[in-house]
Amino acid sequence: MSADIVFAGVVNGLMAGGVYVLVAVGLTLIYGVLHIINFAHGSLLMLAMYAVYFLFRKPLGLDPYAALPLVTAGAFAFAYLLYRGVIGRFAHGKDENILLITLGLSIVADNAALFFFTGDTQTIDVSYAGRFLQLGPALIPLPKLVSFLASLLICALLGLWMAFTDTGKAIRAVAKERQGARLVGIDVENIFAIAYGIGIACLGAAACLLMPFFYVSPSSGHAFVLIAFTTVVLGGMGSFAGALIGGLLIGIVESLGGLRFGEQLGQIAIPLVFILVLLLRPTGLFGGR
Amino acid sequence: MSRRAMLWCAAGLLVAILYPLLFGGPSLIARSNYAINVAFLILFAAFLGQSWNIAGGYAGQTSFGHVVFFGTGAYVSTILHVSHGWNPWLAWPVAIASGGLVGAIIGVLSFRAGLRGSYFALITLAFAEVFRIVANSIPQTRGGLGILIKADQRPENFQFRDPMWFYYLALVLCVIGLAIAWWLTRSRFGARLAAIRENEDAAMALGIDVFREKVRVLALSGAMCAAGGTVYAQKYLYLDPSIAFGVEKSVEMLLVSMIGGAGTIFGPLIGSGVLHLVGEITRDLGNVVPGIKNAQPLALIVYGLILVVIVAYLPDGLTGLLRRRR
Amino acid sequence: MLEVRDLMKSFGGLKAVDGASLDVDQGAIVGLIGPNGAGKTTLFATIAGFHKPDGGRVRFEGKDTTGLPPHLLCERGMVRTFQITQPFARLSVIENIMVGAYLRTADRSEASARATDVARRVGLGDRLEAPAGDLTVAGRKRLELARALATAPKLLLLDEVMAGLNPTEVTAIVEIVRAIRADGVTILLIEHVMQAVMSLAEHVYVLNDGRIIADGAPRAIASEPKVIEAYLGRGAAERMSAHA
Repeated sequence: MSADIVFAGVVNGLMAGGVYVLVAVGLTLIYGVLHIINFAHGSLLMLAMYAVYFLFRKPLGLDPYAALPLVTAGAFAFAYLLYRGVIGRFAHGKDENILLITLGLSIVADNAALFFFTGDTQTIDVSYAGRFLQLGPALIPLPKLVSFLASLLICALLGLWMAFTDTGKAIRAVAKERQGARLVGIDVENIFAIAYGIGIACLGAAACLLMPFFYVSPSSGHAFVLIAFTTVVLGGMGSFAGALIGGLLIGIVESLGGLRFGEQLGQIAIPLVFILVLLLRPTGLFGGR
Repeated sequence: MSRRAMLWCAAGLLVAILYPLLFGGPSLIARSNYAINVAFLILFAAFLGQSWNIAGGYAGQTSFGHVVFFGTGAYVSTILHVSHGWNPWLAWPVAIASGGLVGAIIGVLSFRAGLRGSYFALITLAFAEVFRIVANSIPQTRGGLGILIKADQRPENFQFRDPMWFYYLALVLCVIGLAIAWWLTRSRFGARLAAIRENEDAAMALGIDVFREKVRVLALSGAMCAAGGTVYAQKYLYLDPSIAFGVEKSVEMLLVSMIGGAGTIFGPLIGSGVLHLVGEITRDLGNVVPGIKNAQPLALIVYGLILVVIVAYLPDGLTGLLRRRR
Repeated sequence: MLEVRDLMKSFGGLKAVDGASLDVDQGAIVGLIGPNGAGKTTLFATIAGFHKPDGGRVRFEGKDTTGLPPHLLCERGMVRTFQITQPFARLSVIENIMVGAYLRTADRSEASARATDVARRVGLGDRLEAPAGDLTVAGRKRLELARALATAPKLLLLDEVMAGLNPTEVTAIVEIVRAIRADGVTILLIEHVMQAVMSLAEHVYVLNDGRIIADGAPRAIASEPKVIEAYLGRGAAERMSAHA
C-alpha cells in the first residue's frame, strides 16, 4: 500500500470513528453509572435512524441536521421512560440478566422495525451528500466531516456538562459511590434514568449525523452493537476518554483492515479486536486496576 | 426419576415414535410433509437448544454465539463430503469432534482470561462473527455463494427421500440430548457444573477445578451443537455463512432454552414447542388478517417479550411455571 | 501441619499481608484475631490459594504449597469457609453438601450418604431438601461448615463462622467445632466472637496491619498490652476481663 492510500484510509477511518465515539460514549456512560451492559444499544440506534429517515421524508421533509435537537430530545425521553418502565426494574440483579433483558428488547425492536418498515435498506438524499473536501490525497465527503466534528463537539459539551452542572455532578457521584450518593439525598433512581436517557440521546444525535451518508435497515442495530462494544472495551469499560480514543482507533482499524484485506475479510477487524482486548487486556487500554 | 415421571416419558416417546406414521410412511391419516417437517423443526430446535442449555443453563455460561459450533459442524462435514468425497456419515463424527474442539479452544481462551457472565456472552458473539466473516471470505467455503450438496437421496448417503427419516434422526438426537441433561442432574460432573453456576469461588474452595470443568462443558456443548449442524446441512443440502454462523440461530438456541427453562431437562423441548406454536399462530394471523404480509417478525417480537418476562420473573422458565402449579 | 513463613500480599500499593508467619500443629485449634482491616481474610485467602502471594512460603504437611490453586489444596486436605457465606443458593442443602462430598467419591449414593451424615453433624439434618437460599444466617454458617467438612479435610480454615449469630447459636457452633476437632480435623479460625476464641483455641495469633504482632495462649494474649493497644481497645478489654 502506498503512503497516500494509507493516509486516505486513516483519514476516512477517523471520520467514521467520530460517530463511533458518540455511540460508544453513550454505552460507556450507561455502563459507568448503572453498571449494566446495554445490549439494546445498536437496536436503539437503528430506531433513531429510522426516526431521522421518516422525519426527512414527505410530508415533513426535515433535514437530518435540523432534526438533531428533536431526535436527541426524543431519544432521551424515550430512553428515560424505557428505563423507568422496564430496565430499571431489573437492572440491579445478576449482570447476565440485564444483558438478556436488553437482548430481549433488541429482538423486539429489530423485529418491530422489520414488521413495520420492511427489511428494505433506506437512505435519504440530501443535496450536500455529493460534496467533498480535499485533504492532501484524501477526499472527505462533507457529511462525514460534519459528523466527525459534530460528534467530537457533542462529546466535549457532554463532558463539560458532566463536569459543571449539578445534574452532571450528581451523575458522577452516583457512578462513583451510589450508596454515598443516596445518603447525601440524591434521587439515585432518577439519576439512573437520566444517565440511561443521556446515553441513548447520544444515539439520537449519532443517528442524525449518520443518515446523510449511511443507510438504515432493521439489521443496522446488529451491525453497530459489536462496534460499540469493541470501542468501549478497547477504551476501558466506563471510561469517557477511553471511548474517545477507542472510537477513533476502531474507525482507523476498520478502514485499514478493509484496505488490507478487502471488503469481506476486512470486517473481521472489529470482532477480532474485541476478542483480543478481552483476552489480553480486559480492562482496556486506559482502564485502571 | 419417579415412576410417574418415567411413565410420562415413555408415553411421550411412544407418541413421538408413532407420530410420523400418521403423516409419513404408511400415512395413516394423510400424507403431509408439512406436519412432519414442523415436528422435525421442533425436535431439532429442541436439540440445539439443549446443547445451549448444557453450557448456558446447567453450567451458567450464557453464550450469545453458540452458532459458532453449529456452523463448524455443518461446514466440516459438508466440505469433507463435497470437496473431499467423504461419505457424510463418516464426516459426521469428525464434524462433532471439530465442534468439541472449537468449544474447548474458545473455553480455554476465554476462561483462562477469566471472562465471566456478560463478557463471556459477548466474546462468544464475537467468535461467531469471526467465523462468519472467515467463512464469507475463503475459497474452501465458496464464500457468500454457499455450498450446494448434490441431491442423492439414499440413506447410505445421509439423505432421505421421506422426511420422516430426518424426523426420526432429530428424535434420536433429542432423546440423546435429554439423556445427557438427565445425566447432569445425577452425576458428579453435573453437580460441579451447578456449583460453578451458582458460585465459582465457593466451587473452587470445595476442590472443583473450575477452569477444567468449564472447558469440558463447553466442549461437550459444542460437540452436540456441531452434530446438529451436519444434520441441518444434509437435510437442506445448502449452506452459506449467514445460515451457518448467523446470529439468529444463536438467539434461537438461547430463546428456546431460556423460555422453556434454562438448567432443566425438558426446558428446551418445551421452549421449542411453544416457540413453534407461536410461530404457526402468527403465520396464520398473516393469512387471516389482511394487510399483514410478513408475519414472521411478529413471532420474534413475541419471543423477545417472553424472554424479558422470563428473565425478570421466571428463572426456571415455563418449566418453573408448570412446577409451581403442581 | 501448616507452616506460614513471611507471607506477603499487596493490592496496588496496599500491603494487606506484610510478612506474616504462623504455625498450626496437627490436631490443634488455633485462633487468628485482629482488628478490622488487619488482613485476616486476605491471609486466609492467600494460604488457601485464592490469592497468589507476593512473597513468603506456605507448607502444608511438610510440602510446599505456596501459590497452589484452591482446588488442589482442597484435594490435599485444606479447605476454607467464607466470612460472607457463599451458598449455592438455588441448590438444596443436601446438594450443596454433596458438592463437597463429590471431591472424594464419584458415586452419587455414596456422596449423598456422606452429605447426609455431615448435615446431621452440623445440625442441618432436618433441612436437607430446603433451598440453601432460604436458610437463615445461622443456617448458612452451618452450611458453609458442612460443605467444607464434606470434602474430608485435614485442616479446616474457618473464617468467622460465628459472626452475626446470637449467643445460643454461637454455643451450638462451638460445640460442633469441638466435635469436628475430636474427629481429628485440625482447625485454624478467624473469629471476632471473643468468647468463642477463648473457649476454643489453644493458641492465638494476633494480626495487625498484615503482621503477626503477638501469639500465645488466649489468656496470656488478652493481657498483653501490645495487643490491647492495637486491637482490643479499652471497651473490649473490660469485656474480656469480665469474662475471665
